[in-house]
Amino acid sequence: MELRARDFKARVAESLANPHLRKALANLRSRMVVGRIASVAELDNFEDIREAAKQVRDNALQHLDFLLEEFERNATARGARVHWAETPEDMNRIVLEIAKAAKVRKVIKSKSMLGEESNLNKYLQQGGVEVRETDLGEYIIEQSGDVPSHIIAPAIHRTKDEVADLFEQRHQLPRKTDISELTREAREMLRPHFLTADMGITGANFLIAETGTTMIVTNEGNGRMSTTMPRVHVAIAGIEKVLPTLEDVSFILRLLTRSATAQSISNYLSFTTGPKQVGDTDGPEEFHVVIVDSGRTRVLGSELREALRCIRCGACMNHCPVYQNVGGHPYGWVYPGPIGSVLTPAYAGLENALDLPNAATMCNQCGVVCPVKIPLPDLMRKLRERQFERKLRPWGERAGLKMWAWAASHPAVYAALTKIGVRVGRSIGGRDGLIHSLPGVAGGWTAQRDLPAPSGKTFRELYAARKRG
Amino acid sequence: MMRGPLRHPFLCPVMRVGLFVTCLVDLMRPRIGFAALKLLEDAGCEVVVPVTQTCCGQPGYNSGDRAAALTLARKVLGEFRDCDYVVIPSGSCSGMIKTHYPELLAEVPQARTDVEWLIARTWELTDFLVNVLKLERVPGEFQGTVTYHDSCSGLREMGVKSQPRALLGKVRGLQIKEMGMPEQCCGFGGTFSVKYGDISARICDQKCDDVQSTGADAVVLGDLGCMLNIEGRLRRRGDTRTKVLHVAEVLAGPGGEEG
Repeated sequence: MELRARDFKARVAESLANPHLRKALANLRSRMVVGRIASVAELDNFEDIREAAKQVRDNALQHLDFLLEEFERNATARGARVHWAETPEDMNRIVLEIAKAAKVRKVIKSKSMLGEESNLNKYLQQGGVEVRETDLGEYIIEQSGDVPSHIIAPAIHRTKDEVADLFEQRHQLPRKTDISELTREAREMLRPHFLTADMGITGANFLIAETGTTMIVTNEGNGRMSTTMPRVHVAIAGIEKVLPTLEDVSFILRLLTRSATAQSISNYLSFTTGPKQVGDTDGPEEFHVVIVDSGRTRVLGSELREALRCIRCGACMNHCPVYQNVGGHPYGWVYPGPIGSVLTPAYAGLENALDLPNAATMCNQCGVVCPVKIPLPDLMRKLRERQFERKLRPWGERAGLKMWAWAASHPAVYAALTKIGVRVGRSIGGRDGLIHSLPGVAGGWTAQRDLPAPSGKTFRELYAARKRG
Repeated sequence: MMRGPLRHPFLCPVMRVGLFVTCLVDLMRPRIGFAALKLLEDAGCEVVVPVTQTCCGQPGYNSGDRAAALTLARKVLGEFRDCDYVVIPSGSCSGMIKTHYPELLAEVPQARTDVEWLIARTWELTDFLVNVLKLERVPGEFQGTVTYHDSCSGLREMGVKSQPRALLGKVRGLQIKEMGMPEQCCGFGGTFSVKYGDISARICDQKCDDVQSTGADAVVLGDLGCMLNIEGRLRRRGDTRTKVLHVAEVLAGPGGEEG
């Protein structure tokens, strides 16, 4: 996906002015947030599982080198071919080479965030291969020429009515308004592609080292079709996706689906171990796994390491007051919301995503719901510190903070300045005790809010007066 | 290295409580500082108010200016040494001390004991009133219904949830009516509210809707940041009826102090 995180503020303004988005995001809040509470309550030890999941993920990240080699050994023993890609470009090239070698004309694709990172679809199409997204949300995105706004619900920013209009126009069929009818229509459009595709591309929620298995968690069945119907299956996965055992996966799943969609379990869990074996009735003839670094190793060695625990559930964005109001597009890349505010600067460069770590209230609801306990506000704060050190924040902001800190560490100066300040503030407050407009950066407050005026004297002054009697 | 006197329950029955009023209370709403003072003094505490106190350092800390935050944290560390407890009418500032000072001050190894000393004695006001002073009665009186907004740091860093409600339940005439999502952020976020004022105001709209739908006479809360944000947005929306009050002023009742 094209990196547009620099346009954050402009796109926030667009989002806030979009009534369709507002309606669509209200659904997100009521479904995902309220639903998660009940789903988590099904388990009497959710917090214990969270802590254990955190430790399992940390342990896997600690032993990535060992586990990835174990995965490669076991996957290869079952007939899979494992490829290693250092950059997104390497990954695209490898996937296209696999397609060319197998004389692939059409690819069906199940959702992959890594594919979004590297613009895989566009690259394959330029290489002469037809690509069809088969996840319903991704299909809506593809048909409207849009980009995803959520990692598990890519078209969450579209209302049902917008989708009805889109399908009517693209499919040239009578307009449907019922969700199940719309879904059926999309399915009918996609079915011929499932039947004629030569290659399926999927992501991987996890790589399982002990068995050499890749696995995906889906609700729509398109993932299962992509892994079993075409004669070639390519799974692409970041290096951080590996877990030691099936047992690890099975208990982390208890967190993943509950955190993601408030489900006890998803409709499909597809485990792929090697290509079609002798005696199997279905499955691909060739199975390739492309394991991609794409900045992960750099993050692993940095202070943002904990972000690599992410299992891509989307709970942080569902619960983020900022995301809930602006949606995913302003974040300007593959990963929106709090995790995106950490991963985008980490993968795409601090200077290319200056707003992201700052555009958060630090309410820590994301940290509270994260199933693997990523301390997202702490990581955002670290990014803020690096911005400050590298003088990437505006001069006025840095000077303002320095002046505040200097005055606040010199009590006599502070007393004199604040004594004047609160009186000026009182005088510009109207008869209603409200300041309606402020100049400069402070106008950011008063554009849509009043500022209750200070009451005119500081506590310290009044307290000193009281002490004097 | 300095350590404050530890109160001996028999030899020294009076608790010596340091009141950190916070910069926002000091500058914007001194009456809240006096309300906290009254509640503590009425409960028999000896209250100390260091006159040099200013800011806990959170604005710098959350804006990436670690050096500035560190300077102010070290200043706070020195200001409450002779107290048994440090009490703060803010979840945000008490959360800064209790959950972030250890990380911030980790680079000053010689301050470690002082930091441990301070965080062990730092309390958010309502938490202190309920769990240390075990307050049975409060002087406040409020005829009407109120709804309580949980501030993010108070709730998620300090575990403040039941304490203010328990205390408000003791206020004569007061009825609590919960809003739909009291734990949802109001959109303040410190400098966020100015840098991203449009998002902040939109988030606050949801809070205002939630508050107004209860029909309460007042929204009560424990942090000045949320207070200024919610009051500012309510008034801009034309709501001049719903009062926005700090929990301390509701509990303490009219104290006669100006401001």
